[in-house]
Amino acid sequence: MAHDAALHPPTSTGLDNRKLAIWTFIGSECMFFATLISTYVVYKGQSLRGPLPHEAWTDPATGQTLEHVFSIPLVTFGTAVLLFSSFFVVLALNGLQTGKMKQFVGWLAATVVCGLFFIGMQVFEFTHFVHEKHLGFTTNLFGSSFFTLTGFHGTHVTLGVLWLATLLYLGIRGKMGPEKALNLEIAALYWHFVDVVWIVIFPVVYLMK
Amino acid sequence: MSHSAEAHAETHSHPTWQLYVGIAVILFALTALEVGAYEVAERGIMGGFGVFVKEMVVEILLVLSAAKFALVAMFYMHLKQDSKIFSSVFVFPIILAALVILALLGLFVYNRGQNAIWNMPPWS
Repeated sequence: MAHDAALHPPTSTGLDNRKLAIWTFIGSECMFFATLISTYVVYKGQSLRGPLPHEAWTDPATGQTLEHVFSIPLVTFGTAVLLFSSFFVVLALNGLQTGKMKQFVGWLAATVVCGLFFIGMQVFEFTHFVHEKHLGFTTNLFGSSFFTLTGFHGTHVTLGVLWLATLLYLGIRGKMGPEKALNLEIAALYWHFVDVVWIVIFPVVYLMK
Repeated sequence: MSHSAEAHAETHSHPTWQLYVGIAVILFALTALEVGAYEVAERGIMGGFGVFVKEMVVEILLVLSAAKFALVAMFYMHLKQDSKIFSSVFVFPIILAALVILALLGLFVYNRGQNAIWNMPPWS
């Protein structure tokens, strides 16, 4: 604790600057995702051609019918996995703060696995949309706004997985301890933010018609 | 209280794992309700209740989503226990973000002529 205090002298707010910095960053990220979500919402239902998210579309020129795009069960499962990961990372933090290193490593590994599963789900979904549903980035307004919004979220998830995997590696090597719990707490805050963004994206994009 | 003692107290005032489990159960239940509302609205089942859900599905999904958002922010992100400065740094951009979304929605709906909000003629 004395060593920690020497490294980080008291601040005028009495709060750790690193934690304040991550909250400020998360605040700016809220604005970033607000613009992406509002772009998706204002273009919702404005596509001049299909495929469409919830209903089939018939091309008037060729008579070809394209099925609806979304698969709700798959995304619901992905959402549940992301919620699980948020739960697991608080248990990992709880373990690290109380010096239970096995609990910390186990739950953090579970968090990383859940994050990887979510990324896999999204890669599968994107591939399926492009190859099976004929929906590309430039196909229509829906494709452009959908891939931009969910793609940026997926990138954030990927960065979060890399961050947590790095801490897991350090934990396995025995280089993490209760005195470094703030490092995990900051990464966990970012991870929870990625989760809350998905909590908004899931109903707005997938469930609202 | 010294800085280090304050930080120590802050660290140990976090919720217990039992509370984390309880929050996780509520989050999964709310997600199940979201998907349930979508399915009821989609399939038009459950009679009069189904009609109500179909008419109110957007509002229901927004409320459930906001509840999940608040639970994660308060308990998993520890805003309920941590300094109010962190809450302010988070909540202010959330309000700003909500205003941006509402402003853009209003602007685009207005320009499309679907001007039910202000009941005024469109610009173009």
